[in-house]
Amino acid sequence: MSRTAVRFLRNGVVTELSEVGANETLLDYLRLREHAHGTKEGCSEGDCGACTVAIGSLKNDKLVYEPVNACIQLLGQIDGKDIVTVDDLGSPDVLHPIQQSMVEEHASQCGYCTPGIVMSLFVLYHSGESADRENVNNWLSGNLCRCTGYRPIADAAANAIDGKPNDALAARLAQTQELLVEMDDKVDLFVGTNKRFFAAPATITSLLEISANHIDAVILSGATDVGLWITKQLRDLPKIIYTGRVSGFNDISDGDKSVRISAGASYEDAHSVLGSVDPDLGEVVRRIGSKPVRASGTVGGNIANGSPIGDMPPALIVLGAKLELRHAQTTREIDLEDFFIAYGKQDRAPGELVTAVTIPRMTANQHFRAFKISKRFDQDISSVLAAFCFTLEGDKIVDVRIAYGGMAATPKRALAAEKALSGVRIGDENARETAIAELSSDFTPMSDMRASAKYRERVAGNLLRKALHEIETGETKATRLLAEREVV
Amino acid sequence: MNKVNLQTIGKPIAHDSARMHVSGTAAYIDDIVEPVGTLHLAPGLSDIAKGRLISIDLDAVRAAPGVVAVLSAEDIPGRNDCSPGFGGDPIFAEEEIKFHGQVIFAVVAETRDQARRASRLAKIEIDSQKPNVHVEDGLKSGETVLDDYTFIRGDAPAEIDKAMHTVAGKMTVGGQEHFYLEGQISFAIPGENKTIKVLCSTQHPTEVQHLVARALAQPDASIVCECRRMGGGFGGKESQAAQWACIAALAARVTGHPAKMRLDRDDDMVTTGKRHDFLIEYSASHDEKGIVEAIDLELNGRCGHSADVSLGINDRAMFHCDNTYYYPNLRVHSRRVKTDTVSNTAFRGFGGPQGMVFAERLMDQLAIKLDKDPLTIRKRNYYSKGRDVTPYGQKIRDNVIRQLVGELEKSSDYKNRRKQIAKFNKKNRFLKKGISLNPVKFGIAFTLKHLNQAGSLVHVYTDGSVQVNHGGTEMGQGLNLKVAQVVAEEFGIDISRVQITATSTEKVPNTTPTAASSGSDLNGMATKKAAEKIKGRMIDLAVRLYQADKKLIRFVNGEVDLGNQTIKFSELANRCFMERVQLSATGFYATPKLTWDRDSVSGKAFLYFAYGASCSEVTIDTLTGEMKVDRVDILHDVGSSINPAIDIGQIEGGFVQGMGWLTTEELVYDEDGRLRTHAPSTYKIPTCSDVPDDFRTALFVSKGNRENTIYRSKAVGEPPLMLAMSVFSAIFHAIASINPGQIPELDTPATPEAILRAVDGMNSTDK
Repeated sequence: MSRTAVRFLRNGVVTELSEVGANETLLDYLRLREHAHGTKEGCSEGDCGACTVAIGSLKNDKLVYEPVNACIQLLGQIDGKDIVTVDDLGSPDVLHPIQQSMVEEHASQCGYCTPGIVMSLFVLYHSGESADRENVNNWLSGNLCRCTGYRPIADAAANAIDGKPNDALAARLAQTQELLVEMDDKVDLFVGTNKRFFAAPATITSLLEISANHIDAVILSGATDVGLWITKQLRDLPKIIYTGRVSGFNDISDGDKSVRISAGASYEDAHSVLGSVDPDLGEVVRRIGSKPVRASGTVGGNIANGSPIGDMPPALIVLGAKLELRHAQTTREIDLEDFFIAYGKQDRAPGELVTAVTIPRMTANQHFRAFKISKRFDQDISSVLAAFCFTLEGDKIVDVRIAYGGMAATPKRALAAEKALSGVRIGDENARETAIAELSSDFTPMSDMRASAKYRERVAGNLLRKALHEIETGETKATRLLAEREVV
Repeated sequence: MNKVNLQTIGKPIAHDSARMHVSGTAAYIDDIVEPVGTLHLAPGLSDIAKGRLISIDLDAVRAAPGVVAVLSAEDIPGRNDCSPGFGGDPIFAEEEIKFHGQVIFAVVAETRDQARRASRLAKIEIDSQKPNVHVEDGLKSGETVLDDYTFIRGDAPAEIDKAMHTVAGKMTVGGQEHFYLEGQISFAIPGENKTIKVLCSTQHPTEVQHLVARALAQPDASIVCECRRMGGGFGGKESQAAQWACIAALAARVTGHPAKMRLDRDDDMVTTGKRHDFLIEYSASHDEKGIVEAIDLELNGRCGHSADVSLGINDRAMFHCDNTYYYPNLRVHSRRVKTDTVSNTAFRGFGGPQGMVFAERLMDQLAIKLDKDPLTIRKRNYYSKGRDVTPYGQKIRDNVIRQLVGELEKSSDYKNRRKQIAKFNKKNRFLKKGISLNPVKFGIAFTLKHLNQAGSLVHVYTDGSVQVNHGGTEMGQGLNLKVAQVVAEEFGIDISRVQITATSTEKVPNTTPTAASSGSDLNGMATKKAAEKIKGRMIDLAVRLYQADKKLIRFVNGEVDLGNQTIKFSELANRCFMERVQLSATGFYATPKLTWDRDSVSGKAFLYFAYGASCSEVTIDTLTGEMKVDRVDILHDVGSSINPAIDIGQIEGGFVQGMGWLTTEELVYDEDGRLRTHAPSTYKIPTCSDVPDDFRTALFVSKGNRENTIYRSKAVGEPPLMLAMSVFSAIFHAIASINPGQIPELDTPATPEAILRAVDGMNSTDK
């Protein structure tokens, strides 16, 4: 038995749609079907934030609101969730505290990015978190404003947010939660026909079954990449299988020896656990996309789509992560680094799914470092991501794993550089220089709009230099512009 | 100031649309409810940068679902051109392909999605040739879009030849994408008798009106262009909005249906012009104290395939190559380089920033060479008494830079922090800091004299409420609010009684673009004149009806104080109607004193100058080239501010936009002339975290503009963008600290890659 209509909440009312295009976006639904014009389209690729809306969903039985880019969120993904847009917050005559504060601080100029900014701050307002500048920066990492220079926006946030939300949404939280629990029928969702559909199975069994039956379907997690295939490449994706409703598919287990992240867990879900493995790993997660991208995007999806510039894989590879893959009948586990075969080619059979990644916790004598290099700190794709894990006995390097993203067609280990460092003293300058020189035998990076091959090569070597220096001296305040480890 | 008690002027009133912005109820063109039958357009673009069109097969496009019509050059009844003056910008390509992304055809379909999908089905054959992409390619080919132009004072090359102390250099200054959050959009609604109303997100409704009329071979009078607000403009909707308006209007003509053209972000970034990138080469001579004696300067601006508004832009780069400095001998030679790329266009600063970046580089270079505080060198070169005539012959009469910088130097604790930074740099191997305090001077007026005019239309209604309309457009800069403040002030009524209306060519005709920072100077003054006319008639009536003494009549607090009694403003308005006195008036303003003559290189180009200064501190990572701005202090001169909240918004926003231009915003073209950074995923404007928490902005306190501008205010739109030069200079000095005395080779934008390259170029023993 499956359900054939998408259901979600709008202003406390259950909305049911039996006609949902497999590729229809939430933004198009809002603007073209609801004629709710407050939410704007700025870029159609989840990079500017003008379309930010708040999505409430049950996470571990708790109602949590998160910001989402409506432009690349597919309509089917919002099944079972509460959708709040700027149109729902207030009117010019009766403003929400966030809106009021934005007016008082002169935080809008042309006003086009403003609804998205209001929504990001609205979700921050409800998060219970503080509005210190660093946190506001994080929450606004996905909202571009071209007019104000952001200072008044940050001030507006600081003035309106005190961790104690008091508005219509807060007043009906219990009611909303009840409605969402009621709507959560744990039944497979299937809208469309066998040739053209949006499917959102409710169990892992159904997911594996439908994936095996439709090996030509696109497996959708957060849509932070697939969304662009639709809005930018105008690809027609007739069959979509969405993993977001699968029970247990976003489980995270936090063990003493290892952590296990199910493939459907978002970056936001996994952030704190990954940060507990190492602060640098947490910082890599924080630098991925923006707040809305991290709320939608999944650790598993980033691995499964095999991008050469995904930020997680190099870091997880040096940590010795294992990947779990399941097919209708079989389950297997492989080293994550073996998953990436060549550009666009991964070790995944048709109908097989990435289901989890397991990351061993480090021992006391293991030292991890990861650095992301991009043109801009927030919401940018790496030109180079470098990850290192050194195992020391005294000052001797007994094991070394180095991996880079952005240096090859896949995330890749630097085996020659590793060899040059293995067995040497951590402060051995000759070995260090040899290892740096060996990187050019490990990698032949390319030039593109993000960086030249020459820069990639140079910075890859310098990051190895930096990692060794930091591990040797134990200090990062004198080596980093942000995310010093001493502070954490 | 001539008025003692201003009621509305000078108050930090919130933007008139603020409450609508934050509630999502401010309507942009795509938010307007579509009439039944509205059709949607998408452009078909060239995938080749240069070549001859051999064939266009649009059959598959026509056959695609939902397609109603396909438009190309042959469908245009009038002139196939949407250029702002010089020609060369076809609406649809004909025969020749001039740049990658040029529009060849447009699809009209029932939905936008259908139009976009159909647009990709065309089979277009182009005999492609190798394009000239970069400014060096254009220089090699020798092709230009306009004639070279030169300012000469003295014999700079000869002075440099015989000088004891000389410097020389070469740098590239990058372009910039506007990245207005609302992309280009036009919505054409056909009316009776071939009339068409075009709703267009544009800074220049009159030009859009005229170009649409010309393309359709109709009289100007049959076309109306209207713009309530833009979601950002920054110069990118001055000449660049017209093409989409022309195509939408053509679709409306051909189909008889309302037709909307809203560009996808990637299409927008590929098909519209950007800030000109420049290749700058110079040599200069100076005395032992670092005072400039002569400069020989080549400014090569990459204009792209056509002239567009490149004349004014390249001229303005020349006008501003001095910034706040006196050059006794100067030869500045400007080439308007042609390349086979999108035609570059207006962008906040309009060439001024590129010229000024040169001036600041020269000062930094002299300071490093002479081992002096760069601020000392800057001060020594300031315009001053006896050294106060610009290279283009205008005497500077309003120079406040010495005082302004002096104040900022103190409030920013510049000297002390510079010492601390020197200590930090001695101690730190990987991280280096830099600090810089840079002045800004920017000339206010269109250098094309005829553009310095504006019109306004004011209606007083019998209930005492007022409607105002003017030729300027609202792009977020608060122009409508400032103009409304002028009206409220003149009539002594509350700002809430003043209704702002959409800019429309049927209310105020023959307007000039909202550009050159001139919006409030021009439209504020025109509106004041309109209001004064009505007020004069009201006063005359009051004298007649109430035997009031004309000299004593005051309009305050919604009332008219007649000296012998007080009546409500609304009552007097109503009396005007009853006594058949006209309550509507137009106002017109033409900026006085401008005498610039380009051909003879003489006369007065600017009415006055706006001044400002900023101090920035940065830290760089010498291993990666990453950079962080730690603190910014700004002091800026807006004369007597009409609205300090709006002005501070312009200053901070301009600074951050300029910072993006000089740091993270990099336009990358490949060898085939294709823009590779055509979306926010690859083109990086500043985010909130790029702006330092410690960001202090203040307005320079003065007696106001010495010229008789609107309430003695100064233009504020563009000048603050150039305040960001202090970030670039600070980076430069952070790099220079690696090897004192050596000049870093740093171009703009200072991306991590550019910074690391410059760092690696330093001959240091410490690596």
